[in-house]
Order: sequence, then C-alpha cells, then structure tokens
Amino acid sequence: MILNQFLILGAFLFSLGMYGVLVRRNAVLVLLSVELMLAAVNINLVAFDAYLRDAIAGGQIFALFVITVAAAEVGIGLAIVLLIFRNRQSANVDEMDLMKL
Amino acid sequence: MTNFFSTLSILAAAEGDKVVEFSDGGTLAEFAWLIPVVPLLAAFAIVFWGKKLPQKGWELAVGAMGFVGLYGTVLFLSNFSQGITYEGSVNIAQLGDMAVEWGWMVDGLSIMMYFVVGVVGTLVFVYARSYMDGDIRFTWFFASFSLFAGGMLVLVSAANFIQLIVGWELVGVASYLLIGHYWESHENSSAAIKAFLVNKVADVGLFIGAIMMSVSVGSFRFTDILHAVEEHDGTLSQVAFWAGLAVFIGAMGKSAQFPFHVWLPDAMAGPTPVSALMHAATMVTAGVYLVGRLFPFYLTEGFAEEVRVVIIIVGALTLFLTGLIALVQNDIKKVLAYSTLSQLGYMMAAMGAGAYTAGLFHLFTHAFFKALLFLGAGSVIHAVHSNNMSDMGGLRKYMPWTYRTFVVASMALAGLPIFAGFFSKDEILASLNYASSNFSASVGGGSVATVVLVMAIAGAFITAFYMTRTVALTFFGEYKGHGEPHESPKLMYVPLIILGAFSVAAGWINIPGITSWFTDAVGARFQIVADHHATSFDVPMLVLGLAAALGGIALGWRIWMPDRETQSARDTFRINGLYPLLENKYFIDDFYMGAIVRPLRGPVARSVDWFNGHVLDLVVNGAGFMAAATGKLVYGFDQRGLDGAINASAGGAGKMGGLLRLTQTGRIQQYVVGMFIGAIVIVAGFVFFGQ
Repeated sequence: MILNQFLILGAFLFSLGMYGVLVRRNAVLVLLSVELMLAAVNINLVAFDAYLRDAIAGGQIFALFVITVAAAEVGIGLAIVLLIFRNRQSANVDEMDLMKL
Repeated sequence: MTNFFSTLSILAAAEGDKVVEFSDGGTLAEFAWLIPVVPLLAAFAIVFWGKKLPQKGWELAVGAMGFVGLYGTVLFLSNFSQGITYEGSVNIAQLGDMAVEWGWMVDGLSIMMYFVVGVVGTLVFVYARSYMDGDIRFTWFFASFSLFAGGMLVLVSAANFIQLIVGWELVGVASYLLIGHYWESHENSSAAIKAFLVNKVADVGLFIGAIMMSVSVGSFRFTDILHAVEEHDGTLSQVAFWAGLAVFIGAMGKSAQFPFHVWLPDAMAGPTPVSALMHAATMVTAGVYLVGRLFPFYLTEGFAEEVRVVIIIVGALTLFLTGLIALVQNDIKKVLAYSTLSQLGYMMAAMGAGAYTAGLFHLFTHAFFKALLFLGAGSVIHAVHSNNMSDMGGLRKYMPWTYRTFVVASMALAGLPIFAGFFSKDEILASLNYASSNFSASVGGGSVATVVLVMAIAGAFITAFYMTRTVALTFFGEYKGHGEPHESPKLMYVPLIILGAFSVAAGWINIPGITSWFTDAVGARFQIVADHHATSFDVPMLVLGLAAALGGIALGWRIWMPDRETQSARDTFRINGLYPLLENKYFIDDFYMGAIVRPLRGPVARSVDWFNGHVLDLVVNGAGFMAAATGKLVYGFDQRGLDGAINASAGGAGKMGGLLRLTQTGRIQQYVVGMFIGAIVIVAGFVFFGQ
C-alpha cells in the first residue's frame, strides 16, 4: 500500500497553502490558500481511510463533510471580502486592522 | 350490534340457572383508565390554552366528554351482552403493608355510571355552549366543568378507598368553583362555601369509615374489603357497624340526605347547566354509588347490616320532608332541587331496604329526566331572565320544544306508565313492599319498611302534585314577565329532545318479567350482590303508586288550572299551619346557623385573632429582627472582606490586560503566524513527549 506518497503530497499542499495565507496580501488569494490547506487535509483523511480499510469509511465521510463546510465557508468569506472591497475599494488584508484595540 | 342482540337470547336462556360467567372486558377494559384521565387533561388544557382556541376551550371540554360518552356507551352495550368485571391498578406508593394504588374498576356498577356521566355530561356540555355564551368567565367555566366531570369519573372508576377520596374531594372542589361561578354576588359565594363546608363535615365520616375498613382488612381495595365480607372476616366484622355508619355519613353529605341536605338547594346559585349535571349524573349520585359499591358489606349478616335501618329511615325522611318543601318554592330551580333531594331519598331508601338494583335503576332513570328538567328550566330562565315562576306562565306558546320535553320529563318524574320513572319508582315500591315482610329482625323488622313504604307512596303523590304545579305555573295561563320570550337556540333544545327520548325509553331495559338487562348489567361484579329484584310486577304496589301519581296530578290540575286566567291565588298557595314550617325549610338552616355556625364563629374568630396577634406576629416580628441583624453582619463582611478581594483582583486583571494588549495588532497574518507556531509546538510535543 502506498501511503507515503499521499502524505508527502498532502504536506506539500498544506505548506503551500500556509505560505499563501501568511504572505499574500489580497484577501481573495488568502481564501484560496485556505482552500488549499483544506484540500491537503482531505487527501490525508482519504489516504488513511483507504490504508486502514475503515469498515464504515469514516475518513471519506469526514472528507465529504469538510468539503461541504468549506463550500459554505468560502461562500461567506467571499461575501465578506466583497463587502469590504465595496466599502474601501481595496482587498488588502494589511489594511484590515480594525480589530486592534 | 349483532353481538348485542344475539347475546340477549343467551341471557334469556341463562335465566334459569343463576351461574353467569363474566368476561374481563379485554382491551376495552384495560384502557378504561382513559375515562377519568381525558376530562382531567382537558380541564388543564383549557386553563392553559382555552382562550386561544376558536371556541374558547368549549371544544376541548365537549370533545373529552364526548369521548367518555362514547366509551361509556360501548362499555354499557358490551356489558349487556356479557357482564364485564375487570380491575386494573398501578402501584403508586407503599404505606406500611398497604399498597396505595391508582385503580380503575370496570364492572357493571361503574360501567353504568360511566354511561350516565358520559352521555348526560356530553348533552349538558353541548347545551352549555349556548347557555353560557357571552359569559365573562366562559373558558374558566368549561375548565372547572371538565374538572367536575373528571373528578366524578375518578370517583366512579376508583378501585380503592384512597382514589375514591381523591375523586370525592375533586368533585367537592369543582362544585365549589362552579356554584360560586358568579362570585360577584355575596349570596353565591356563600352558597359555594356552604356546599363545601357541609360536605366537609360529612367527609370526616367517610375518612373515619374508610380508615377503619381498610386498616382492619389490610388493603384499601374494595375487592379485598368485600372479599373479607364474603369470608366473614372477624376483624372487619368487629368494626363493621361503626365503619359502615361512618361511611354512610360521608355518603349522606354528597348525596344530600337529611339532615345534610341544606347545601343542595343553595347550590342552585351556580349556572343552570351545573345544576343539571350536579343533580343528574354527578356529585349527588356519588353517595348512592358508594353505598352500592360497598353493598355486600351492608347486606351481609354480621357486618353493617344494622346500618341499613339508618339508611332506610334517612332515605324516607329525605324523600318525604324535602318533597313537601318543593310545594312552596317559587324559584323553578329550587322546586327541582327539592325534587332531586326527594328522589335521592327514594334511592337511599331502596338501598336501605336491600334493593340494590332498584336504587341504582332509579339513579339511572332519574339522571336523564332530572337533567332534562334542569336544562328545560335553564331554557325557560334564558328566555324570561328570571328564576321566579311568578314571572313565567303561558310559555307553552312561545317555547314549544322546551314545553314538550319538560312535560315528558315531568311525567317521567311523576311516574306515569311507559315513562322511565314509572318502572324505577315502581321497582322501589315493590322492593319496599318485599322488605316489609322480609326485613330481618336484626334491622328493625318489617314494620320500619312498612312505614317507609307508606311514606314513599305519599312521596309519589307529592311528587306528581308539585310537578303539576310547576308545569301549570310555567307553561300555562298568561305570560307575566317582561319582554317577549322566545324559543332557545337549536344547540339548546336538541339536547333536550335527546334527553326526552332517554326519559321515555330508559325504563324499558328493566321491565319486571319482560326485560332484566339492567339487573344483569349492574349485577356484573366481583362479589355477586344477592339482592331481591322483582321478576314480575307487584300489582298492589303498581296500582297504589299509579293512583298516588294520578291523584297528585288531578289535585294539582284542579287547584292551579282554574286559576290560570285570574292568577290571583296562583302564587299564594297556603296550607295553614304547615306553610310557615315549609317556607322556612323546617328551620333547619336557622338551627345550623344558630346552634353551630354562630356560637362557633365568634369564639373561633376571636381565638384566631388572638393567635394572629400574639403568636403569629411574634414569630413574624422575631424573624424580621433576626433578618435585620443578619443583614448588618453580612453588610460589614461584604464591605471590608469581599470588596477588598474583588477590588484587588480587578486591579490585577487590568494590569494583565494592559500587557496582553500589546500582542493585539489587528494584523490577521500575524495572528495566523501565532496559530501556526502554536500548532507546531503542540505537534512537536506529541512527537517528542508522546506515548
């Protein structure tokens, strides 16, 4: 059973996503990077599910849940970004520091 | 229905040999616990949600009663085909060796009561929709009305003394609420209190009797107590007389027997549908029912047999004395109230004579025609806005349906042939006649029964007499009230017609020598009641009873009908010498007031006042002083101890916040870095220090 290849792919994608989240300034790209990280997690879940031959396919089901929740999250996230852009004519995350006291 | 008719022939065939097998009733009996529960639940539901419903809660009340009526009818009919005896019980608590249970009795006696309460109750509830229309406490009325019927059904379904007392008191409380429904008037609220207190006095007897019986047998269950009677249990036998007497005193209170009858006429203060249900199926029948339930106890030698002398005398006094008072009443509801008392006297006298079937049969037929009379009176009152017969007259033309049904019920009450009351009253007279030659010497011998028989025949005359008077004054002659009376709405007179049909036909199920369905039906019990019931008409009694009734009607007609045009002497019927006595109800109310209430009221009020001023106030003031002292102590501790600690911790929290504030930059990516570092630290911790 090949497991390591999937884990390496997952780790690579996760790191890529992490990099994007930390470095990118455009909020849309930050959201995309978050999606990348979630995809990496899904790969891990499905890989371990297949590897452990889970009787109830828990990993796959969980991956489906993650996909569903991610879709909802992107929907809300993009709406927020859109509204911020309309208000400020900018989607730069560095300028979003209103949470500072 | 095929089942019903096919088994009638079986019953007829089984007449010869007395061995009758009873069924356990199957699922129908197992679920009979629903009968009391449904109206009680409806009562609570009406209190909480009634006002929001389109019919203001009436639909719940009538639905629950309709359910009981339907269930009761099905049980009643299947009890005809084969006698049902079933006792269900749920253990609630353990009192020493005695189990406190919730039970439901499904035997001939209780099934008959389910039927009567359910059917009469449903019709009265339907009627009340229209009668109570526009009442300010419409919803509340139906809530307490459901509670009233539910309480009665708890009482009837009771399989043990504890539950019986629960139902007994529920009925008492609900009757208090209903009699005092128009509590704005002081008279009505005092009538409610009077009913409650008179019943309470008698209830003490029931409690004492119930405890004596239950403890000596070791069980609250009626079946166990009656089984002990069958076995001639020595312990029970020793207390039997006093226990039987005490229980009968309780029954006297609820069934308004002389001298506890004073509450019932005053209970007319409630709305008319309440009077109809209270006098017909519910509450006042409870006492007769209780005696019937414990009947073997009163019948068997060596037990409370001697008490039957008390029962028969009390019954005879009630039927005779209260019937006379009905003659001089001007309020139409009061006439009917005294008439109820008189008929209850008949039932009790029959019970005392050992005629179980006759007493219950009269209860059964009386329920229909008395409910009809009250509802008819309500219809009249609704039309003329007055209770006084001097404001009525000539209503025959204005209210045809009320008139016809009222006359049918009056004839049933007077005991004219074909109508229901004829058969039941005749059976009572026949039983009394039988008792006058067969009453055992230990209970006073036949002479007592003979005297009671004479009083009962005189009572039949009086009954016919005052009913003729009522009909003549209300429906004949010229209208004397104000405005133009009109027939009541359909919702009111249709129940009257249905009850009218019952008032005619209810007697046909127990015609001596022809049908014995009722006898067999109420005979379906765990302990067979070996009473005497007529298998053929007792012709001398039949003739005497009929002659008394016809004589009463003829005399009544002669006295009041010629007067219907002039109306001069109509409402001033006087019997010299007797009249003041009757007008003042034998001064019994005044006696109670003077001998019991007044002497008690002063000292009780004074002692309560003293107790309040000295003992209670001392306690209250002491508690107040203690509370103030404790408050001062707590205040000091609060100001110095607690506030110091709280202020110090608040200051510390403020300083910590100032430090943490530096890390909050508002830059999201810095936060993400923090999260990521944290995740790495946790993973590293697992990797290096895990396992």
